[in-house]
Amino acid sequence: MFNQVLWFATRGAGAVALLMFTASTALGLVTVARFQAAGWPRFFNYEMHRRVSLLSIVFLAVHVLTAVLDPFTKLGIGAALVPLASTYRPVPVALGVIALYLFVALIVTSILRRHISQGAWRAVHWVSYAMWPMALLHGITAGSDAFTPWMLAVDLVCMVVVAAALSWRIAVGNPNKSRLPEVVAASSWQAARNDYR
Amino acid sequence: MKTSPTSQRDRGTQPNARRPGPPDPAAGLSDLTLGIDRITCDGYGSCAELLPEMIELDDWGYPIIRPGPVPTALLGHARMAVDTCPVLALRLAAVARATMAAAVNVPAATVRAGGPARATNR
Amino acid sequence: MTARLLDGPALAAGPETLAAHTIRLGPLPGPGDRQALPPMLDAAGLLGRGGAGFPVGRKWASVAGRSEGRAIVLANGAEGEPLSAKDRVLMSTRPHLVLDGAELAAAAVGAEHIVIYVGSEHRAARAAIGRALEERMADMRRIATRVPTELVAAPPTYVAGEESAAVHFINEGDARPTATPPRPFESGIDGRPTLVQNVESLAHAALIARRGEQWYREAGRSETRGTALITIGGAPTPGVAEIEIGTTLAEVAETAGAPVSLGPVLLGGYFGGWVAGRSAWQAPLDPQVLRRSGAAFGCGVVRFLRTDECGVRATALILDFMAGQSAAQCGPCVFGLRAIADAAARLARGTARGDDLRRVSGWSQTLAGRGACRHPDGAVGLLRSALRTFDDDFTAHQRGRGCVAGQRAWAAA
Repeated sequence: MFNQVLWFATRGAGAVALLMFTASTALGLVTVARFQAAGWPRFFNYEMHRRVSLLSIVFLAVHVLTAVLDPFTKLGIGAALVPLASTYRPVPVALGVIALYLFVALIVTSILRRHISQGAWRAVHWVSYAMWPMALLHGITAGSDAFTPWMLAVDLVCMVVVAAALSWRIAVGNPNKSRLPEVVAASSWQAARNDYR
Repeated sequence: MKTSPTSQRDRGTQPNARRPGPPDPAAGLSDLTLGIDRITCDGYGSCAELLPEMIELDDWGYPIIRPGPVPTALLGHARMAVDTCPVLALRLAAVARATMAAAVNVPAATVRAGGPARATNR
Repeated sequence: MTARLLDGPALAAGPETLAAHTIRLGPLPGPGDRQALPPMLDAAGLLGRGGAGFPVGRKWASVAGRSEGRAIVLANGAEGEPLSAKDRVLMSTRPHLVLDGAELAAAAVGAEHIVIYVGSEHRAARAAIGRALEERMADMRRIATRVPTELVAAPPTYVAGEESAAVHFINEGDARPTATPPRPFESGIDGRPTLVQNVESLAHAALIARRGEQWYREAGRSETRGTALITIGGAPTPGVAEIEIGTTLAEVAETAGAPVSLGPVLLGGYFGGWVAGRSAWQAPLDPQVLRRSGAAFGCGVVRFLRTDECGVRATALILDFMAGQSAAQCGPCVFGLRAIADAAARLARGTARGDDLRRVSGWSQTLAGRGACRHPDGAVGLLRSALRTFDDDFTAHQRGRGCVAGQRAWAAA
């Protein structure tokens, strides 16, 4: 009975963590796209992105701990920390382990953001584009109930949300900073050079 | 007040119950002042949403910051504005440090091409 | 006009050789005396010639105070201001004065290294400095006081001469200003305290070191003492001249043969402002006096508006240049200057929109101080002075009627 609880906890927490990663990724994308709506000011994007990311730590921790502690799965702590060390579906679990490390890097660099260079923080944050697909793929391949309707629905929702946010982010185009040089160069004096000497 | 070119939404829809107004001299000023890294700033505009008493956005969505020390009553909001800038462009700094430039006595007159002085941002 | 920096052989003769320079001026003070130079410069009242007019002695002292023997001197000869030619003329005719000044500065602030930063487009100046450096390297008597010196070509942009841009270029090859703090005197090239000093300021220091502060103060007709180089334009005899500080615009006009008495003059270059009228023409060309009256000596540009020129059009051309020379790092500068330049261009051409003049005035209020460097401030300063000086012309242009000179200029646009 207890084993069942742990197993449900692992799958449930995993699914919730995935949903939260999805929300966080989407919120990060719309932060750059400067989304705002009635009742949703711009600062909500960044704020919610951070809060959801921090909250997802809890669910990720529950997912990993219950998976390791569950005697049925025979996953030792090694399997959770070393890619491919698992005897149960080594590659899918490895995806999860790598995603876990990337997640830790994201969280640590973001908490220490004011103390590290902006270039370093930004470089590590790009890693999130790898982390989310890995988490999703880990869920699909490592989960024993990956093809139940509810899990498929969760996966679909996650993919749609990130795809939508990503498309919006791409459509909105470059943030202001990348457009500055072209504005600077846009002189209206074509015939005459602006050469007052 | 227009928002940045990437969004045409009216700022009037923002949940902003506090009305901007002139500072009350009796309210007490802190010893901190707002500073901004103008190069990092990318016109996100969260600062103006969170501290409208001291920050408003220009025609292109970039902040215009009211100079001078932050009133003590607004310090909490100021800290939140600093914390919520997605690129960490906004800062709170002690007034003494912000006017160290004055101690070096760079004249208020401008820098010329090839000149030695630099801006103190407000 | 007075000749102190430009004393010696005719300018047309090209760079003065090390031998001729040493014979004419005598040797530099020995190493022991060089520590005494910053207070002497203070006593002389030498102000920086790069445009900001900061007291030179005080600047050297602040670098010396944090140097610990690791400082760097950057002699700033970038001269990105299109209307100014004084630095390149000085470097191409009196290179050893500039290099003397740099050497003295290095000794005074405890610098291990000197960089001579010259605009890449100023070929004669670069050649003269290069040759002068070779002469000094070959001179065995200088071995003891020699400081490693390199000549660096500055990109031909307007902001490349800004002090943080110069440091940024030496450090990372990117000649764009950086955000404050720290400033170069605290942390500049390689993170060391860096003295960024205009080449003319260094040349004056080289003379003060030999002749003393009393000698320096003997010249001058106003509260600020000494001489300064100016670049005269828009007159029959344009070019670089040396004047006693405090000479009036009227006197300069008389010597240069200026077009219109009491007419509009651009003082200080693109970074300065327009003045006109009796009080402006009678005012002494003295940085401190001009600043108090809201004008600027800047880098010593004196550009008379010619009779066939339209002040509105000239201003629009300058603003377009300034907008195009933005380092493109800060939103307010990029968008603000471009909007102002576009509106000014429409005004100049007589195709102004209904609210162009009003919006231009509005933007000039909110743009200053909102960039990482003072580039937008300079453009706004120029604009404001133009709105004051050419008030009637701007109004006429807004209404599509234009000034008399303007109508001729439109055909050219």
